[in-house]
Amino acid sequence: MTESLHAVRLTVNGVAHDVEVPARRLLSDALRHELRLTGTHVGCEHGVCGACTVLVDGRPMRSCLMLAVSAVDAEITTVEGLAEPDGSLGAVQQAFKECHGLQCGFCTPGFLTTITAGLAENPDPTREEAREMIAGNLCRCTGYQNIIASVCRAAELRRGDR
Amino acid sequence: MTTKLMGEKVRRVEDARLLRGEGRYVDDLAPGALEVAVLRSPHAHARIKGIDVDPVLDVEGVVAVYTYDDLSGPMAEPLPLLIPHPALTHGRTQYALAKDEVNYAGEAVAMVVAESRYVAEDAVALIRVDYEVLPPVVGIDAARRGERLVHEDVPGNVAARLEQGSGDAEAAIAAAPHRLSLDLTVERSASTPMEGRGTVARWDPDTKRLLVWSSTQTSTGVRAAVATKLGLGLGQVDVITPDVGGGFGVKIMHPWPEELLVPMAAMALGRPVKFTEDRREHFISSAHERGQVQHVDVGFDEDGRLLGLSVEFWHDNGAYTPYGLIVPIITSTQLLGPYKPRAYKVVFESLYTNTVIVTPYRGAGRPQGVYAMERTMDAIAAYLGKDRTEVRSVNFIQPDEFPYDHGMTFQDGRPLIYDSGDYPASLEKLKALVGWDEFESFRQEARGEGRRVGIGLACYVEGTGVGPYEGAHINVETTGKVKVAIGLTTQGQGHQTAFAQIVADELGVPFEDVEVTSGDTRRMPYAVGTFASRAAVMSGSAVALAARQTRTKALRIAAEALEAAEDDLEIVDGQIRVKGAPGTGIALGTVAVLSNPLRYAFDEASKLATQFVVGDPTKPPVAEDDEPGLEGKDFYSPERSTFANGMHAVIVETDPETAEIKILKYAVVHDCGNLINPMIVEGQIHGGVAQGVGGALYERMAYDANGQLLNASFMDFLMPYATEVPESIDIDHLETPSPLNPLGLKGAGEAGVIPSAAVFASAIEDAEGIPVRAMPISPSELFELRRTHQHEADQHEEQS
Repeated sequence: MTESLHAVRLTVNGVAHDVEVPARRLLSDALRHELRLTGTHVGCEHGVCGACTVLVDGRPMRSCLMLAVSAVDAEITTVEGLAEPDGSLGAVQQAFKECHGLQCGFCTPGFLTTITAGLAENPDPTREEAREMIAGNLCRCTGYQNIIASVCRAAELRRGDR
Repeated sequence: MTTKLMGEKVRRVEDARLLRGEGRYVDDLAPGALEVAVLRSPHAHARIKGIDVDPVLDVEGVVAVYTYDDLSGPMAEPLPLLIPHPALTHGRTQYALAKDEVNYAGEAVAMVVAESRYVAEDAVALIRVDYEVLPPVVGIDAARRGERLVHEDVPGNVAARLEQGSGDAEAAIAAAPHRLSLDLTVERSASTPMEGRGTVARWDPDTKRLLVWSSTQTSTGVRAAVATKLGLGLGQVDVITPDVGGGFGVKIMHPWPEELLVPMAAMALGRPVKFTEDRREHFISSAHERGQVQHVDVGFDEDGRLLGLSVEFWHDNGAYTPYGLIVPIITSTQLLGPYKPRAYKVVFESLYTNTVIVTPYRGAGRPQGVYAMERTMDAIAAYLGKDRTEVRSVNFIQPDEFPYDHGMTFQDGRPLIYDSGDYPASLEKLKALVGWDEFESFRQEARGEGRRVGIGLACYVEGTGVGPYEGAHINVETTGKVKVAIGLTTQGQGHQTAFAQIVADELGVPFEDVEVTSGDTRRMPYAVGTFASRAAVMSGSAVALAARQTRTKALRIAAEALEAAEDDLEIVDGQIRVKGAPGTGIALGTVAVLSNPLRYAFDEASKLATQFVVGDPTKPPVAEDDEPGLEGKDFYSPERSTFANGMHAVIVETDPETAEIKILKYAVVHDCGNLINPMIVEGQIHGGVAQGVGGALYERMAYDANGQLLNASFMDFLMPYATEVPESIDIDHLETPSPLNPLGLKGAGEAGVIPSAAVFASAIEDAEGIPVRAMPISPSELFELRRTHQHEADQHEEQS
């Protein structure tokens, strides 16, 4: 049995990629293995851990719960697209570095994308709102305290309080 | 002027790469590699009567399929029993692919190699196995009853029985003015790193060498296992540990079947092969830990002083014992904590069940031991009507009693001798930090509002930095850049940063010029691994020693070049100069050129070196006792472990209606000797506490009577999110340096998780006034506990 392939144009971090994938190919796998954007990590493959979160038209999505063929016509942002245009770390990335918001780094890309979307919606979160913002992502290393601090710091950096 | 970096909160050099999505974890490597999927037993206990792989061969994209019958030589033998012990009289290990029988649901039965994981999984679903299902042994009670056996030739399911002690505990208990007995249980949990296991292998037919990347906590261990099992010379195998998405113990277990099968397939097929474990596989085929049933008998005096302590416990080791008795031995020895019972006896049985194997998970048997001891301390305090801190205080080993010899043998086979600590000082700090003395007024206040609150504490001592050794190699390049190689692996602890801090200080070079590589057997072939809170102590010490050696050589060469005495020289910012005379010196990179008599002038440093003369022209260019290059290499091998310690306290609120358990305050006092990087240490504590909260309140492995793991997903196994952990953790450090190593270090990696079950049990019991004897405790279990307690109280009333 030969699996039929579908031609799909994926627009990721502003760049269009033409790929041919089976209908069942997960977006997470297409990003990682077809496009070689391996910054998006897969932690559970059932949408619970949030490590694979990417932005689809600016909204956080679990890329393990989305098929690549359904991502045509969407603007996708992965962790590789979060740096500033000049190549320096983006606000959320910088905040994680300053606040020791990561240890092994495996869940981190999903937090970075989630927080990027969260701060776009709520640029000035309280600590409680910061906690809520990341409450759907699992981390096994940090205990979350420093991630919450990173959210608050990222909000400051976005406001230009450097 | 170079500022000292030891003890500073230096930001991590690892981060920029990881934050940009430029980390390299196993599954990110070798694009285009063949991928494997493993057929795992659906039964907890069964005989395999036949396997039909024929339907698989027609699947397009399938390259190979393996069952036990395809294994030969050492691969057809059982997997290694890594750590034998005389008491492990009935050790058993599994085969890389099951032979004739399976003993847990999840055991590897067959492996398909295909063009993609999707195709490999399709193919696995087509394999037909004829099983004769056998009744399984699930849970410690069933194992103890021994009516059914996991292994036919292991009577009573007892893998091992070990007894240790000092003094006549039973006589001491019998003679004691007061006696208590406690029956306790702790359920299973697991490391559950965000990245599961993974292995990639590439065979080079031209050089006849095998390159393996594995998500492991020991690359040297995997290397030796692969070479032995595949019949290769050790020199033909290189193992690299790339970025690892968390370990927490499960990845120190090795070799996993796939760590051998993947290289085997790569050699046979002549193409790179990759295994990436999925989440369900991780739950049902990677190791668990914690599950124990314990019985404590204790005799004590009016002050609560432990006169005799006798502990018996039953440890569920799962279906096999590849990691020996490490976990129960640690429970049995570390149970003693900061206390000195006059007489102690401990007996354990390590029991087989038809469940996933049990090997160390962060804490490695200590959480269970601390739970047993601290529950006992609380029970004594309740019995005597004393403050719980007072009962602990009278039993503390005092600061002037170090080194303190317990008269027992520790996990490393060495005497259990504590090196340093100040437990009374730690307790004072903890009481201040959590507000112990003010708690009663808070309780009254809360009670007035209809709220129920409780406070708990737990103390532990943790043997860290177990041997036998770790090494470090340092090479100063002609650019002045310092390349450091350590052999153990890293999985998020910030080793690249912490060890660079040590090198920068010891060698007098800018932090930015130091680059640390870990877990690459090509760079450091002798190493043990990252476990038992040993990396900072072991590799940190080795790095310091190697840096000192490098410094000595640099000063010797520079003294000759500068025509100065070695003692008059200093190294500042990578420049060697006469003390107090800036501008007179020679760059470390130039010294690196001078250290190598082969002087092709490749770079500026080489040209600069021509102005200096070193070496006696009448002697060989490399002296008899010297080597070319500005390098240092040394190993640190301690005579015994160093003992870190700590105390946690928590204030909880339990909902009178719903029995929901809320954390109001969490406090940690921690003594890991001198700190290299307090930011990293605090991060380790935060993470450990979160795992501890999971283990105390949420996580359990829900096996049914058939040995099926019912909650093998993140949907059903409740790992804490940000909403479940304390909002903040108050941390205070006490630094009692270890006298056993050059930097006075003690380990910190596991500390946060060790007292969790104990501290939550203590606080919930305090809030409820009902003895807590089983952990973890969920709201529904607390609710049940209340009902049972009320029912018992009512019956008692009726009878009287």
